Amino acid sequence: MSKERTPGMSVIVKTVTRLTAWLIMLYGINIVLHGHVSPGGGFAGGVIIALSFIHLILAYGKEMVLKKLSEGLVEVFESTGALVFLGIALLGTTAGFFFKNFLPAGEPFHLFSAGTIPLSYIAISLKVWAGLFAIFVALVLLRIDKEQG
Amino acid sequence: MVELYILLILMIIGSVVALEVKDLLSSVVALGAVGLGLCLTFLVLKAPDVAITQLVVEILSIIILIRATLKKGLPMVATGGWAFPSVIGVGFGVVLLLVAIQCFPDLPKFGEPMLRVSQHYLDQGLKQTGATNLVTSVILDFRAFDTLGEVTVLFAAALGVLAVVRTRGRKKLEQAGAIADE
Repeated sequence: MSKERTPGMSVIVKTVTRLTAWLIMLYGINIVLHGHVSPGGGFAGGVIIALSFIHLILAYGKEMVLKKLSEGLVEVFESTGALVFLGIALLGTTAGFFFKNFLPAGEPFHLFSAGTIPLSYIAISLKVWAGLFAIFVALVLLRIDKEQG
Repeated sequence: MVELYILLILMIIGSVVALEVKDLLSSVVALGAVGLGLCLTFLVLKAPDVAITQLVVEILSIIILIRATLKKGLPMVATGGWAFPSVIGVGFGVVLLLVAIQCFPDLPKFGEPMLRVSQHYLDQGLKQTGATNLVTSVILDFRAFDTLGEVTVLFAAALGVLAVVRTRGRKKLEQAGAIADE
């Protein structure tokens, strides 16, 4: 904590965070998008994206991040992810049965392959990062609430 | 498989340290060491998907635990003697060991025999789904319904946390005290 009582950590931590947070987020997106050709996938990539936001909260304080990305917006993201995943599953019923992979399989080792699997992974990652970020924010708010009381 | 046993022994030592150390922050750090050992164990067992997931979830939970324990001088609760719990623990361990000696020789060897459905996944996974990562083709195509249940579990967990620790709709402390005084 600095002497001026600015929220968050010191200038060194803030600068390093500014340089690295988006790299962490890009790595998470990379893992999500390549989930069907390499290890990783929606859950792990979603957790990494949530970690990039948590990185920002730890360095800059929660007000600065929640001003850009409020809790209500995060909940909208989470619900959207779950509904998109369920929608992909329900679209499968039009082609046959629940969760049918109705898109063409494509060539192996290509980014646009494996039918609905990358779309499902994007939906799952949206849901995972929003859910974990919401849980973290809720726990942080609870801690501060108890300190004031 | 020597490295597997080294990792398992390190994890057991880490858990004992996490239980026995007096400082809560040191306990959390020891817990993180156990989690990293588990991640390396998954790598040794050739499961990189699970290793990545274990690593990132471990980091997230360690951050939450450290934030929860960092500023509070939470006291260690140490009441009662040590003899009775020790006897209970050693007795339970001996019973578990005896049962394990009886049971474990009957278990099949690691990775054998291959189930017929696993062989089907290995043969047909790439052809039917087009996904090169076979784990992905199982969890999002052959067993996608399980994944839907997993997503629902996470959704319910987030809803539960937000419902328990919500700030909106909760009485302020003064109001609660006033109501309690009446």
